[in-house]
Amino acid sequence: MTSRSALPSTPAERLLAEVLRDAWGRLLSNLISRTRRLDLADDALAEAFARAAARWPTDGVPGNPEGWLFTTSQRIVIGRLRAEAVAGRKAPLLAVRESRAEPDPDDGLPDERLQLILLCCHPAVDLAARPALALRLVIGTPTAEIARLFLVPTPTMAARLTRAKKKIVAAGIPLRLPAEAELASRMESVCRTIYLAFTAGYTPGSGTDLLRADLAGEAVHLGEILLTLVPRDPAVRSLVALMGLQHARRDARQRDGRLVPLSEQDRVRWHHGEIARALAVLDTISPTSGYPETLRLEASIAREHVTTSEHSPTDWDAIADLYERLDSLTGSPVVRLNRAVAVAEAVGPTAALELLADLDESLGAGHRLHAVRADLQRRAGLGALARASYERAIELCANDTERVFLQARLAET
Amino acid sequence: MKYFVLLAGYGELPTWDALTPEEQQAGMEQHHAFSVACEEREGVAMLAGEALGDATTATTLRTTKAGEMTVTDGPFAEAAEHIGGFYLLEAPDLDVVIELCKILPGYDIEIRPAIDAG
Repeated sequence: MTSRSALPSTPAERLLAEVLRDAWGRLLSNLISRTRRLDLADDALAEAFARAAARWPTDGVPGNPEGWLFTTSQRIVIGRLRAEAVAGRKAPLLAVRESRAEPDPDDGLPDERLQLILLCCHPAVDLAARPALALRLVIGTPTAEIARLFLVPTPTMAARLTRAKKKIVAAGIPLRLPAEAELASRMESVCRTIYLAFTAGYTPGSGTDLLRADLAGEAVHLGEILLTLVPRDPAVRSLVALMGLQHARRDARQRDGRLVPLSEQDRVRWHHGEIARALAVLDTISPTSGYPETLRLEASIAREHVTTSEHSPTDWDAIADLYERLDSLTGSPVVRLNRAVAVAEAVGPTAALELLADLDESLGAGHRLHAVRADLQRRAGLGALARASYERAIELCANDTERVFLQARLAET
Repeated sequence: MKYFVLLAGYGELPTWDALTPEEQQAGMEQHHAFSVACEEREGVAMLAGEALGDATTATTLRTTKAGEMTVTDGPFAEAAEHIGGFYLLEAPDLDVVIELCKILPGYDIEIRPAIDAG
């Protein structure tokens, strides 16, 4: 699941990798609450980990690795605050900050990761920066990896993160739990953000970096942390189940540089332990409303897909029914498109084509509507229409591998 | 931190002049409730707050690339046409300001931090 490709070899490196994964968000949130300088804290913590990576293998691992990292990064922040004070800008605040500087070593750091996740997803933070910010700040995903996840150049992602961090500091967005009345809507924004990061990993990229399942795994990890922090939240439970069921199929989703449709995936390559865990979570969630229900329905659809076998074929009626509820709940064109695919299996291609009738305005600029329509027209025996739709889809498709697939289908039609 | 709260427009609601006297009275009471809430809230202080004349009373100064300043009649931009007033608040963080602003009548509001010059 980890995205850090270089395998740690020494015990010190292994320990550091573990600490990074488990403690990054806890350390960072404490640095922020003590200094109120997110912009300095993130860089300082990265610097402390770099120093540890350089020293621990030769000097040995300190008795309290987390404490060492915290103290070191805090010293780095204070050093930078001093530099600012010398420049004559922040002097009056420095004394206050320094007096609070030393943590009680016996008193473990409070866990403020929930506040940190909520901070990353605050409505005053740029929507486009939220998923990246959550990965970077809560679990320390390297900026270059986040850039790869979202298919943008690293400097672009670095600039986006820097802008968001500066906004948070300058506008005074606090690291604090919102009022109870606001918490539900804020958690919804958190779930949307994490799911956006997850789906980014399975959005086919242009060129050869087809799927980035390793990085989708970072979002899964973030969701699992969130679940430990708010174990009863229905949206979070559904989100974790949904991501778990989808992510468990990661090793079967591509072969020889091509996407493998669900029906052709090698089930032996699915992670069945993860599927069982996700189903156990999903089974505890009752129907609800709004966005949490959207997630629950999506997870229920994913359940139908992974619980099939040669003895019990896919229950397309059940899936079409779930999609119908999802369609009426969300009114989303993408949901309608997926519903049509399910209806094609449950009822037939003609009924499915009718569901696509009014989607051109919303989805016509992308290739997927045309690709789905082409497939349905082909199955309905409408060869000429199907060929025109395939040509439109090929024209609009930005992904090399998918385009090759569509061209092969056109040649057969 | 100091926050500048700009009452930037009336959004989808009717402008102040279009309100009935009773509605205007209700609006005034919301402003009063806002100032009371600011007073009572720990760490918050209202440093200034004024209602402003309408866009027809505005004068705009623009500086050209050559550094020349021109004076024109009217507001700075279309979007600023309905600026009704402002508050300057001392508050611990943005969430407190947002929470307090929800007491005000339904304006479009822009919140900006004042730059901390030490």
